[in-house]
Amino acid sequence: MSLLETRGLTAAYGQFKALFGIDMRVEPGEVVAIIGANGAGKTTLLRSITGVLRQAPGMVVHSGTPIGAMSPDRIMQRGVAMVPEGRRLFPSLSVEENLLIGAQARRGDGPWTLEAVYALFPILRERRASPGTALSGGQQQMVAIGRALMSNPELLLCDEISLGLAPVIIRDIYAALPRIREGGAAMVIVEQDIARALSVADRVYCLMEGCVTLHGRADEITREDIHAAYFGTRTEAQG
Amino acid sequence: MQAYVTTRTRASTIAGIAAIGLVALAVAAPAFVSRIVIQDLFFILTMLMLAQLWNLIAGYGGMVSVGQQAFVGIGAYAMFGGVLLWGWDPVPAIILGGLAALALSVPMAFFAFRLQGAYFAIGTWVVAEVTRLLVAQWRALGGGTGTSLPRQVTADIWGVDWVADLFGVREAAARDILAYWLALALCILTIAAIYWLLRSRTGLALASVRDNDEAARSVGVDPRRVKWLVFLAAGFATGLVGALVYMQTARISPDAAFSVTTWTAYVIFIVVIGGIGRLEGPVLGVLVFWGLQTAFASYGSWYLFALGIIAIVVMLFAPRGLWGLLADRTGLALFPVQRRLILPDKKA
Amino acid sequence: MIWIETLVQGLMLGGLYALFAAGLSLVFGIMRLVNLAHGDLIVAAAFVILLVVEMSGLNPFVSALIAAPVLFGFGYVLQRAVLNRVLGNDILPPLLVTFGLSVALQNGMLELFSADSRRLPAAGLESASLNLGVSTVGTLPLMTLASAVAAIFVLNRLLYATALGRAFRATSDDPVTASLMGINPRHVFAMATGLAMVVVTIAALYLGMRSNFDPSIGPARLIYAFQAVIVGGLGSLWGTLAGGAIIGVAQTLGAQINPEWQILAGHVAFLLVLLVRPRGLFPRARD
Repeated sequence: MSLLETRGLTAAYGQFKALFGIDMRVEPGEVVAIIGANGAGKTTLLRSITGVLRQAPGMVVHSGTPIGAMSPDRIMQRGVAMVPEGRRLFPSLSVEENLLIGAQARRGDGPWTLEAVYALFPILRERRASPGTALSGGQQQMVAIGRALMSNPELLLCDEISLGLAPVIIRDIYAALPRIREGGAAMVIVEQDIARALSVADRVYCLMEGCVTLHGRADEITREDIHAAYFGTRTEAQG
Repeated sequence: MQAYVTTRTRASTIAGIAAIGLVALAVAAPAFVSRIVIQDLFFILTMLMLAQLWNLIAGYGGMVSVGQQAFVGIGAYAMFGGVLLWGWDPVPAIILGGLAALALSVPMAFFAFRLQGAYFAIGTWVVAEVTRLLVAQWRALGGGTGTSLPRQVTADIWGVDWVADLFGVREAAARDILAYWLALALCILTIAAIYWLLRSRTGLALASVRDNDEAARSVGVDPRRVKWLVFLAAGFATGLVGALVYMQTARISPDAAFSVTTWTAYVIFIVVIGGIGRLEGPVLGVLVFWGLQTAFASYGSWYLFALGIIAIVVMLFAPRGLWGLLADRTGLALFPVQRRLILPDKKA
Repeated sequence: MIWIETLVQGLMLGGLYALFAAGLSLVFGIMRLVNLAHGDLIVAAAFVILLVVEMSGLNPFVSALIAAPVLFGFGYVLQRAVLNRVLGNDILPPLLVTFGLSVALQNGMLELFSADSRRLPAAGLESASLNLGVSTVGTLPLMTLASAVAAIFVLNRLLYATALGRAFRATSDDPVTASLMGINPRHVFAMATGLAMVVVTIAALYLGMRSNFDPSIGPARLIYAFQAVIVGGLGSLWGTLAGGAIIGVAQTLGAQINPEWQILAGHVAFLLVLLVRPRGLFPRARD
């Protein structure tokens, strides 16, 4: 049984259709990258999976349970965690409190504790009493990732974690991903930085205008495949 | 034929013609209806005006005032002051009431505009309370217990003799008819002025201020100026209504003239039940309110209890009121303020 | 000497107003909701305590302890079933709904309990007093002030040192992201209103023991509570305590000059603060 599946996921904002029948799956422990240009539907896909955008129940299935119509808090209680686009730290909370609030959806023991997060991102221990929003962009991103880990998720969703950050910071953050993976969490990484995404992913889905235009193993996909998928000259690669 | 922009609809044209007929009928009404009916109509017209004015500032301007009773009260008291202290005739003294309310609306706006959103509401209420407490200290007008217009004054009001002769009625009934005519004229003026305002540039500005201060500023509208303008105008007109109402009753007390229930709670119910943010809402609302009042007022507190519950239910399930429900079903608009683009007929 | 006495009396009265205001301040701080029925809810809570006293024969303090969970439940359901549906960017719906609730509560109570003035029996406490050297103060007013300080201290601890408080603040900042942390914002808001009703119960206890109450006095309590919140600065609970004290002192000073000026003096003090410091004396840095 897949950890997460979408089955013919369709989404619309009023008259505007954003997703057209997306089928994707995530197996336990694997890293899946979702790439695509701005407006391809990547964020809408994540909003649908997390319940921020409600769907028909069967369009999103988590460990065999339809969750498409559940509220975000119930989905998170099932072992899903989210690193939202733009970090979205809580300005009224300190760094440590931001991390602790992530533990709200915790369901028993796992590798991630406050100590483990501080070990992963040591700078956060020094800044733990500061308001979350007083940190630099890169540090805020670390808090957002640590906050999501605090619930010991089976599935970690990351929306544009490199957006707006300096290359050296992006390198540091990506360096942490293998260690997160060792903790056992499957990951969905939504990225515009294709090279970064391919460097950590097992499988890749490429979205264009609300459809999956390319899907395959990260090590088998070529630059030409991606180029074609981005510009719509080919519709489906090997699975 | 060219494309053009209009706010006119077929229903609004028919409504316009019907309205002229209705007004003619209303003017002639004292000739063939009883004094009780005239009093009821007076009540409906004055409440309708208050509702339209509150709808203007709250529904269109987003300024939820719970202090409109201040303008009713100060308007009424200024009229009494003009009559009792300076010997004015009550009819011109009504203007004095409007001016007093206008004067009060300046400090009220000054204080209340410093408060955001919901706190604006209670801010206006506090100013109204302060006004009530101060007026209750005004011994010359009866202090806390209030006072009446003496008989020789009420019998001498401009036009009362003439009305009494015209319809062959006694002086008290003639005063009711006079008050009713004044209310009718004022009501038509008020609605026409609001309608004109909403269709003007200022109306557009007001809508953009309610929806978004920042956006309004970016299209070159000064939101503060528009809010001030509308708040002051509504204060003036509310003061006129207050003075008129108390010319008819001829008896005043601070608790009645500054009653938050009568002059604000009822008015809010009329607007909410009828449909907030549209001119038709208060019209429908005042009729529903009058019907409920006539049928159930004898139940006293249970009636008010039910009114409160109805307002909650309407807000939860039909936030645009009864007229909103009706308009959604039928697309009816008697006072269209929406601009619609009319394209030339392709065959023409 | 008379002025020190007046000042002390004013501070005590301010304690009562701070109790009125704490629930309002808490709810506003968390969900930007101003409950126009707050004053009527205080009066309703006083009637609930009175009912418990009359049915059980217990003293008002124990009765309030019994009433508190009931009122917490009422607050929770009120928020969950009604107020959550009207929260949003438009401030009109919550204002109009709570205004409707205010009118319904006042008149419902009028039918159920009549317009007669009632009082909670305080077993001689209302006439007891303590000599503090500079001034003799009533035991009950002193307890009111102490309870206000304690209530605000506990609320602050709860907000800043517990998981629930963290959830309150996070949801207040950003409900959507909070829900992505596994928090249910509708539940969190309902807990906040439930908690506010517990504070309302404490306020009602002292209101009912110190003076007579009847179904019509709610709106005036709302105004005092509101003035304390604004004077103190939105979102600051200790500010609310200071605000209550300022309104209380202004009222007793006014009453000292002329008994008819008590309420007026409170209003004038409020307007003066608004004139000089539109954001209140201790505004929260960020809004």
